[in-house]
Amino acid sequence: MNEDEHSENFGGASVLASRIDASCRVPLLALFNCAALWLALGLALELLASLTFHMPEQFGNCAWLTYGRLVPAANDLLVYGFAIPAGLGVMLWIFARLSETELVLPLMSVIAAHIWHLGVFIGLIAIFIGDSTGFAWLEFPRGSSVLLFAAFLLIALSAVATFGARRERALQPPHWFLLAALFWFPWIYSTANLFLVAWPVRGVAQAVIGWWFANNLIFVWLALVGLGTAFYFLPKLAGKSLHSHYLALFAFWTLILFGTFCGIPAGAPVPAWLPTLSFVASLLTIIPLITVAMIFIKTIRGAEVQCQGGPFCYIKFGTVAFILSGLMLVVSAWPGCARILEFTWFGQAQTQFQILGFFTVAACGAVYEILPRVMNFELPFPKFVRAQHWLFMLGLAFLILPLAIGGIFQGIKLENPHLAFADSTDAVIQFLRVSTIGWLLLLLGSLLFAANLLAIFFKWQCALIKAAVAAVNAPLETSEVKS
Amino acid sequence: MKSGFRIFIAAFVTLGASWCGFVLAPASQLGTEKQTAVLNSSDIYPNQRPGDATLGLQVYRKDGCAACHTTQVQQSGFACDVVLTSAGKNSVAVKNLVSKLKLSGLTKDEADSAASQITAAGGKTETHIFATGADISRGWGIRRSVAEDFLWDDPVQLGSIRVGPDLANVGARLANDNWQLLHLYSPQSVVKNSAMPPFRFLFETRKIVGAPSPDALNLPKKLAASAGYEIVPTDDAKNLVAYLLSLRADVPLYDAPFTPAQTSTNAPATKK
Repeated sequence: MNEDEHSENFGGASVLASRIDASCRVPLLALFNCAALWLALGLALELLASLTFHMPEQFGNCAWLTYGRLVPAANDLLVYGFAIPAGLGVMLWIFARLSETELVLPLMSVIAAHIWHLGVFIGLIAIFIGDSTGFAWLEFPRGSSVLLFAAFLLIALSAVATFGARRERALQPPHWFLLAALFWFPWIYSTANLFLVAWPVRGVAQAVIGWWFANNLIFVWLALVGLGTAFYFLPKLAGKSLHSHYLALFAFWTLILFGTFCGIPAGAPVPAWLPTLSFVASLLTIIPLITVAMIFIKTIRGAEVQCQGGPFCYIKFGTVAFILSGLMLVVSAWPGCARILEFTWFGQAQTQFQILGFFTVAACGAVYEILPRVMNFELPFPKFVRAQHWLFMLGLAFLILPLAIGGIFQGIKLENPHLAFADSTDAVIQFLRVSTIGWLLLLLGSLLFAANLLAIFFKWQCALIKAAVAAVNAPLETSEVKS
Repeated sequence: MKSGFRIFIAAFVTLGASWCGFVLAPASQLGTEKQTAVLNSSDIYPNQRPGDATLGLQVYRKDGCAACHTTQVQQSGFACDVVLTSAGKNSVAVKNLVSKLKLSGLTKDEADSAASQITAAGGKTETHIFATGADISRGWGIRRSVAEDFLWDDPVQLGSIRVGPDLANVGARLANDNWQLLHLYSPQSVVKNSAMPPFRFLFETRKIVGAPSPDALNLPKKLAASAGYEIVPTDDAKNLVAYLLSLRADVPLYDAPFTPAQTSTNAPATKK
């Protein structure tokens, strides 16, 4: 693709670019608005769950608010409520822009977005009333997962149709990552639901399939969409081209090749070849991580753009968080470390860093970059963008560091046979209490995000109503008056 | 890459490979597993859990117990003890030999060589094998958890984090249903500084009509219901406790062998 031509479009100068943006308006609003609300609600539930470590007795009489229901509900809101719809919205826009064509089947995406959010709502209620499936990251029951699956397929259809209508036939690096992600989710989600929920396999094979699904969703899918987004926006915002197609291709191949085999814990009660294969793959995952780091550094080096807490900051922070959380994954697979870190908070720190530090930050940055173009007006609260960036950075520091460090202490005490179990919980409880601050800061940040998005939505609605009223009040043209 | 079709092939091949490895193979290898024989015994393992325990697993799932508890014990390895069962005719020489040899905490090879030396001197020995590791010495189990332990469970609730202790053998370790009920109602009243939230919603407070219920919890004064009322467990609470008490993986199997406690003096299986 011609870079100059594209960056011109990106500036929103050309008529074509604004037509493309306008075609994405309603689907993207439908995806992003509810996603922002789910993000805030998910973080609020995480905060409530975290209060259990301060006052374990607080919700003793309320089944809905017991820790074991709050945590899966909150985690699923972060992934299914926010990450996937936000990722899909960003993806639709990137496809339309790269294809230099208006979004194909926009109405279907709008309907699908509403089906998706309805599915999340049903799933959330189901977890609260005790109807969860009991598998990590797959807690939503059948009724909800059917809706999610159908909605994903419809949005994917719109994305693929837009991709098929592209004017420039050659593919860009973001294309590879985003297309693979479109293919990935239906496969893993249908497999997990068929083998675990609809016709459950017997015994511990359930756990293996559960780990395979969770890894492919949380590590691979988020990485594909997040990196696809980063590889689109980093060069644009830095005003340069992506460092190297070949490196990006290498990162893509090694990520899907090794990443998909991670996730089976070392000491699992399954035949030894499963964790061993997973262990080798986890170590090799260092290769795509290093490649992404090289691409990242070489792409942004020398860029004379001040990010000032704006989208560029978000995407840079997200990419660094991806590399760091990936390194945490590699470390926790290393045999000596795995024995200590398995069953500790370190794994939770890694997962949350992946979801919140990498994906959520990168997606929020992309949304802030896209929305003003799509709506054709500036953000209502531009100062919130920078404030949210700071809140997220501080919140992540207060969340990830205590959990990771506490997890290491916990693991060392768990591994020492001469210590009672209570020593390991005592070692980690203060760290868990500190992490509450992290959840609070993240929640505040997400409220700023939701405020911006809702204000945009209402501003748009008001403009629509005004236009409608004006149309009603306008005098009829003479040609329309029947004689 | 020039076309979307190649991306499709790339994703299909890589994800398909991991699907074959981590979905198809476990589903056919582990998913068709049957009960196995208990080592040195004619019993088979595992037996299906009793009906109330099967229902209890659903309470365990509903309330997300796996968010804080694992049900999988790990071990770092094995160790062997050589036990002299009969000194034979030349008992002085055998006893001298035994006093010189190291006989506990041996590897399999060391145990075999010690046993053959004693046998050569005319004594008779038995080799006892036991699992080692932090979980084992903490009393969480006699051996590591293996795939067979979860044969009847649906959903399998292995758990991934130990906010609370492992429960793989809680039925052997804390086999007292009153203690379990009390612990669910008020964890802090039986375990000091416990971070576990109470599950009061699994109990109901009701007016005593006629004689008090035999199920009523015997609570300390601070927690007891007001006069004329009693706190009784609901069916969910009873089923959950039945499930917890059914959690015991304490028979030797081919892939997780150990010498059962009644013949061994060293195995940590001795109940405290």
